[in-house]
Amino acid sequence: MSARDAILAAARGRSLLVGALLTLVFTGAALVSLAWTPYDITALDIANKMTLPAPAHPLGTDHFGRDILSMIMVGARTSIAVALVAVGIGMGLGVPLGLAAAAHKGSLLDEVIMRGNDLVFAFPALLIAIMITAVFGASAVNAIIAIGIFNIPVFARLTRSGALSLWTRDYVLAARVAGKGAARISVEHILPNVTNLLIVQGTIQFSLGILAEAGLSYVGLGAQPPTPSWGRMLADSQTMISLAPHMTIFPGMAILLTVLGLNLTGDGLRDLLDPQLRRAGR
Amino acid sequence: MLRYMVKKLLSLAVSLVVASAVIFLALEVVPGDPAANMLGINAQEETLAALREELGLDRGPVARYADWVGGMLVGDFGTSYTYRTPVSEMIADRVVVSLPLALYALALSTLVAIPAGIWAAARRGSGVDLGVMGLTQLGVAIPNFWFAMLMVLIFAINLRWFSAGGFAGWDAGVGPAMHSLTLPAVALALPQAAILTRVMRSALLDTLGEDFIRTARAKGLTRGQTLWRHALRNALIPVLTIIGLQFSFLIAGAIIIENVFFLPGLGRLVFQAISARDLIVVESVVMLLVFAVIMVNFVVDLTYAAVDPRLRRSR
Amino acid sequence: MTLLRIDKLDMNVHGLPILREVSLAVAAGQIVGVIGESGSGKSMTALSVMQLLPRGAHCTGRITLAGQEVLTLSEPALCRVRGRDAGMVFQEPMTALNPLQTIGAQVAETILVHERVTRAEAMERAADALTRAELPPGRFPMSRYPHELSGGQRQRVVIAMAIALRPKLLIADEPTTALDVITQAEILDLLKRLVREEGMGLMLISHDLAVVADMADEIVIMRDGEVVESGAAGWLLDNMRHPYSRALLAASSHQPERPVEAPSDVLLDVRGVVRDYAIRRKGWWGGDGAFRAVNDVSFQLRKGESLGLVGESGCGKSTLTRAILGLESVQGGEIRAFGHSVGRGFPNALRAGIQVVFQDPYGSFNPRWKVARLVAEPFHLMAARPDDWRDRVARVLTDVGMEPDAMDRYIHEFSGGQRQRIAIARALILRPEILILDEAVSALDVSIRAQILDLLARLQGEYGLSYLFISHDLSVVQSITDRVLVMQAGEIVEQGETAQVFDAPQHDYTRKLIAAAPRLATEAERKA
Repeated sequence: MSARDAILAAARGRSLLVGALLTLVFTGAALVSLAWTPYDITALDIANKMTLPAPAHPLGTDHFGRDILSMIMVGARTSIAVALVAVGIGMGLGVPLGLAAAAHKGSLLDEVIMRGNDLVFAFPALLIAIMITAVFGASAVNAIIAIGIFNIPVFARLTRSGALSLWTRDYVLAARVAGKGAARISVEHILPNVTNLLIVQGTIQFSLGILAEAGLSYVGLGAQPPTPSWGRMLADSQTMISLAPHMTIFPGMAILLTVLGLNLTGDGLRDLLDPQLRRAGR
Repeated sequence: MLRYMVKKLLSLAVSLVVASAVIFLALEVVPGDPAANMLGINAQEETLAALREELGLDRGPVARYADWVGGMLVGDFGTSYTYRTPVSEMIADRVVVSLPLALYALALSTLVAIPAGIWAAARRGSGVDLGVMGLTQLGVAIPNFWFAMLMVLIFAINLRWFSAGGFAGWDAGVGPAMHSLTLPAVALALPQAAILTRVMRSALLDTLGEDFIRTARAKGLTRGQTLWRHALRNALIPVLTIIGLQFSFLIAGAIIIENVFFLPGLGRLVFQAISARDLIVVESVVMLLVFAVIMVNFVVDLTYAAVDPRLRRSR
Repeated sequence: MTLLRIDKLDMNVHGLPILREVSLAVAAGQIVGVIGESGSGKSMTALSVMQLLPRGAHCTGRITLAGQEVLTLSEPALCRVRGRDAGMVFQEPMTALNPLQTIGAQVAETILVHERVTRAEAMERAADALTRAELPPGRFPMSRYPHELSGGQRQRVVIAMAIALRPKLLIADEPTTALDVITQAEILDLLKRLVREEGMGLMLISHDLAVVADMADEIVIMRDGEVVESGAAGWLLDNMRHPYSRALLAASSHQPERPVEAPSDVLLDVRGVVRDYAIRRKGWWGGDGAFRAVNDVSFQLRKGESLGLVGESGCGKSTLTRAILGLESVQGGEIRAFGHSVGRGFPNALRAGIQVVFQDPYGSFNPRWKVARLVAEPFHLMAARPDDWRDRVARVLTDVGMEPDAMDRYIHEFSGGQRQRIAIARALILRPEILILDEAVSALDVSIRAQILDLLARLQGEYGLSYLFISHDLSVVQSITDRVLVMQAGEIVEQGETAQVFDAPQHDYTRKLIAAAPRLATEAERKA
């Protein structure tokens, strides 16, 4: 192995480690915030507003004197919950649709599912959120639904394309010779062999969900006060950016590091799972 | 070729019809009584009746949908309830900000990403590659509105190279107008450029692993020649797909970024309309954006045919 | 005059040794056949000559090509050698050409990279090269794209690219492995003619001893990265010393011993079967077209019989197989098995009587299941899985020559030959009467193939099986069947006793197929 390859391999190996670590830290922070935060995030302390990072407030305070570290911890909860549920919606609906489309390739069902997918792709999550908000008003649930809907075609497409290549395998033919129907084959033979793909894509959609949630709450289409969220913290900080830049910097860093962690995890998992997939499923 | 185009045109028409139907359903049928929705719970019965009359709610949804679509086809988007001006005029005022912004960002991201992706792929495994890939990793993870705020902090507030927000207007000349769109466009382009760089690199690496690359090398072409003459055009096909998809993200991103820079674009318009519960405006803007996304993907489909002779065959 | 001399070539990839002390030589006008099974290093030897090795490869030793020391040349100098002094043809013609460029441009490129000529002149010479490769631009315009040509035609384009500058050496790496037997014969003839007319040296790499024995002046036999034995072709075949070469020769013309049993009742009766596929609209607004994959096919399979079905790819034999298995509906005629019509309403108990073994030992198994579950899958056809199912799996594994403890392992732990044994075990678990072997030995190396053929011959007696043996490989069909059907374009053009059909083919197509099939001369024939 050349030095260059060794460096590359090490970089890859470390990306999974760093990614998993970052992900753990932020999930941990979100979980801890359920039981404990350094300060109560609803308590206002105007005397100590917009203080710079100091031992008492490691990340400083905002314009109401609330502790930014505590708010970031609680914000992690919102972000992670929204993104996770949205991935759940996407997988829960997209995977069965993709499996069904592949099992009946070329049928009307396949055509309808795929055209439907194309259509949803024309509606970025933000537009869906705008429509929902225009009718029902803003809430975190809107964000979940909007991001979740956008996730459906992502998973449906991925599942379908993965499944289609598996349907040409002889082991599927063998299962048909054994009298198994399309649904059974999809569950027994196709699904287990697309899980690796789904895990990797799931991590990526998770990170995209966190970005999308931040964007939606930033423009006021996501979580509403008093629920703290990273996007809202950034929106609140905007007018004070020249006075208290730390109010802008830390929540943004939180988003950046969480997303980075998830992406590194996804990349690492792909490298880890792909060769296995290639070797075993060829 | 003609067949392919006709097929794509048909699917374009179907997409537009279905998309408009979805928007109409979501905003005018699902709420039950759009008039009540727009005026809120404290509305007077007379006002409600007047608005229902104005919106033509006494007629069935199918007829209203037909009116709406028919109107849009001739450029009539209805009248804004809150501003009492034709929606088409409001949109026209805003499009001249949003569209140039999206195109500016698209140009920036493509101009950066394609060379960067080629460079990284050509020197796979080198320091350059690792560096470029590391940067893209960051670029993908940065929320673009936060990046925009940081740029305001650095380039507008501290260095004073740009104004922190607002739009100079095209009347002031192309130079100042573009100047005020530059920070927003950079913010918008950054994540897209990062994604596109990664796609360009991996598409090129995939293509470089193909059998015909080995054939070309066996003819005596150098690595560089095979890359430019054989790999690049083949790798462009997936890249085009992503550019098409990215346009929808650019549009969504633009709505948010306009908020950071207080740009008078469609994004600001739609948020004002949401707070004013002006469904007519929301409906029109959403339709316009969806229309843009669908059109761009249609153009991408046509470009495929230009790049790939296998699609051109008149089978 | 020696064109190419490889002298004690060692090659490793990232330190992993791939080639050890490989030596061989090719003279002008000479055909040197390099034979070996997968993993023998024969392709790597060829790529070493061109220095087109994978990343991390490192060569030591000497390679002298037309007076130049290849291993000491710089990359720019190598680029001048490739395509001009030595051309190369690869195995997979379907992917060997750039899909986005016309064939004319791709052939002309060889000339344009090496010589300062105008584009028009290069195109003119490309036309000449294509003509020499028997793809005259008059009939096959140079403005065609690769996807508009068949596999054999694409391989001619690749050959034209390789010979455009009249190189002294041509390296052909399994040039016909992906092609049908008649096309293979045409391409081999073309290569032979080019060597003769242009005085080139040809290094022909193949896994198929019969292909090389027919053509080569010299034969080099490789195994595990080493040259096992080499010598003049005619002499070597009769004077092999190394046990591996002898085993290879024996396996190549292997004749399994089969029980002789008088065929009795008809088990499978195929009568006038038609299978159409709807295809997309033809032309502009025309109606739906149909492609007839199987046309009026009739035959019978009797108990204890071994019936061969030969034909080239796309002749409809796979479609027919699926129809017999009840996986595809038919548009005309009837398939009856055990007295019942196959199709809707065919009882599962009878379906259990027809099982199948597929070609690809790698794609035939769900990688996430253990062998026990894989082999037991056909129990789905029974009302309930029998209680002693694991015992039955163990027994059938033993019968196919595997250890019963294979049950608790995953499929990726087994080699191609072992997997094919497991596939046979899966097919036999329900003790079927009919076994369909769909190219079941085609993907295997020749020595493994001989073992599997022996196994099949033995199992036929033990299990009382009737075989429907589907293959494009005539020598295999000849060695293991009693009767044979010849299929072309969806129709059975000839059927009869295997020996009779091979000795005195009646139909033109059968004659062409048999003439095209590479065949190792028997010892007696070589002596004569």
